[in-house]
Amino acid sequence: MTDAPGSAEERLPEQETVAEFNSSHKSNFHRLLGFLQTTPSAIPLFVLVTAVIIFGILNGNRFFSPFALTLILQQVAIVGIVAVAQSLVILTAGIDLSVGAIAVISSVIMGKFTFDLGIPGELAVLCGLATGLFFGTANGLLVAFVKLPPFIVTLGMWQIVLAANFLYSGSVVIRSEEIAQVAPILQFFGRTITVGGAVFTYGVILLLFLVLLMSYILSQTAWGRHVYAVGDDPDAAELSGVKVKATLVSVYAIGGLICGFAGWALIGRLGSVSPQAGQLANIESITAVVIGGISLFGGRGSVAGTLFGALIVGVFTLGLRLLGADVQWTYLLIGALIIFAVTVDQTIRKVSL
Amino acid sequence: MTSPILTARKLNKRYGRVIAMEDCDFDLMPGEILAVIGDNGAGKSTLIKALSGALRPDSGEIRLEGKPVHFSSPIQAREHGIETVYQTLALSPALTIADNMFMGREILKPGIMGSVFRQLDKKKMQNFARDKLTELGLMTIQNIAQTVETLSGGQRQGVAVARAAAFGTNVVILDEPTAALGVKESRKVLDLIKTVKSKGIPIILISHNMPHVFEVADRIHVHRLGKRLCVVDPKQYSMSDAVALMTGAMAPPDQEAVA
Ligand SMILES: Nc1ncnc2c1ncn2[C@@H]1O[C@H](COP(=O)(O)OP(=O)(O)OP(=O)(O)O)[C@@H](O)[C@H]1O
Ligand SMILES: [Mg+2]
Repeated sequence: MTDAPGSAEERLPEQETVAEFNSSHKSNFHRLLGFLQTTPSAIPLFVLVTAVIIFGILNGNRFFSPFALTLILQQVAIVGIVAVAQSLVILTAGIDLSVGAIAVISSVIMGKFTFDLGIPGELAVLCGLATGLFFGTANGLLVAFVKLPPFIVTLGMWQIVLAANFLYSGSVVIRSEEIAQVAPILQFFGRTITVGGAVFTYGVILLLFLVLLMSYILSQTAWGRHVYAVGDDPDAAELSGVKVKATLVSVYAIGGLICGFAGWALIGRLGSVSPQAGQLANIESITAVVIGGISLFGGRGSVAGTLFGALIVGVFTLGLRLLGADVQWTYLLIGALIIFAVTVDQTIRKVSL
Repeated sequence: MTSPILTARKLNKRYGRVIAMEDCDFDLMPGEILAVIGDNGAGKSTLIKALSGALRPDSGEIRLEGKPVHFSSPIQAREHGIETVYQTLALSPALTIADNMFMGREILKPGIMGSVFRQLDKKKMQNFARDKLTELGLMTIQNIAQTVETLSGGQRQGVAVARAAAFGTNVVILDEPTAALGVKESRKVLDLIKTVKSKGIPIILISHNMPHVFEVADRIHVHRLGKRLCVVDPKQYSMSDAVALMTGAMAPPDQEAVA
């Protein structure tokens, strides 16, 4: 008992240093998380740049050329565009499983209306875009007003749209030569601009334009702030003056419209109209969004991150293929990246709560 | 005889089998601070949510300046100059302080950037937010562009109170605005309440803190079992009387005398 005060005094400095070490260590960690909270696309950008450098070293000029790098852009263009739509929905804490199917039915409408109804290609394109808008709006109304979970609504819509697509098209492909002859406007996004060795399709330009436009809208306009608020906490958003239902419907509607554009760009990419195309676009777009650092719980992330996420998938795919690796390695690495990205998101969210 | 600015008659609200409001009446006089007190679950928050458009009563009538109103959303109440600090604060954690203060009433840039490109005037909104928080004495907030989730509970409450005080032009409703605040910050909020009152704007203050209630209130609305039990004058009743009324230990005075 008598020596207790003495021993406490002896222990004190030690405890202090431990505490000090802990707190400075912790504050650096917190600073990093704070940075990631405000700049959620930093990690995917870092992964992207690292992957490009590593595959560049391993593959040399075959990979590190303007041609190969722009080829990656071309290969991710469709999924990238669909992923922009997916980003909007996931920012509201929703999910859209019907994006790929909506894109495909839009492209089928464009093709069938041109060839079966004999209307001008331009008008058929408008009809296709309207189709995307229609299905997106239907999703939005069901989510916002009938209050069904987005997963269920879009799971159902996916099946409905896909079935309608096959029933209407009879699974018949419209060939590229026919389209080029009758309605070249349908293949508009397949046209290219060549700068040096770099080849940009109009589809790639559409993707980049959409990413820039959505980044602006999400960060600089009231509607964009409302999208984040709805995803963050819909009850709080409603109480603080956001029209939550209108915001939700508009998000799904715009998502559908963007999918319509993806369908148009899909014709450009394939040359033909194919009812079988784009079957995995929903999963691939979710992959891009998640790797891109958008939180599946809504309210966090950016469309720039989604672009990086889509590009990461493209870089891995081409890089590994050039190395002659089994394609399964791509899936394996992408799978690991998905889990890593969600872990980071959870860590960020936990710190903030 | 002045007439009340905000009245409610026979409001009812049920959640399944729970009766949150039963024939509830309410009166707010111009320029007064009306405290609403009552036990947990008495239905105070339900009442003010009905007044602020956050929920629709099953039946009953609400009048603002004598005219019947039917708010179907908080936006509509806001358009009538009724601002509310909800018990849950209603802030979006991942957005900035300025984003939150201007949610649903954003300021656009002047000229073509605003009218055509719908660009927000973030500078202007941040400056406004900073001014309002400084008025509240929330100088501890270093960066107005920081997200709400990085604030302490008390700071968040300060942001919500500043938002309501800044925009309320007709009625300001505060549902337990000092619940998470320290002594110093509570004082600031009480001062702010008095400032708002001095501008002639009436305030509804819900609080469990009797000293606060008795310091600022002109009248006290005692809520019990989903309805107004009585309205008392804090100068004629003690704090223990008020608690006794709240808990049912004391019978309410003759209503006609007060109303
Ligand atoms: N959304 C809801 N769903 C079901 N019941 C509810 C809901 N909101 C409130 N209630 C019920 O209504 C009653 C009144 O709740 P209210 O929140 O208005 O009480 P209060 O007086 O504000 O209590 P406190 O002092 O704890 O804030 C309670 O019995 C509560 O359980
Ligand atoms: Mg309450």
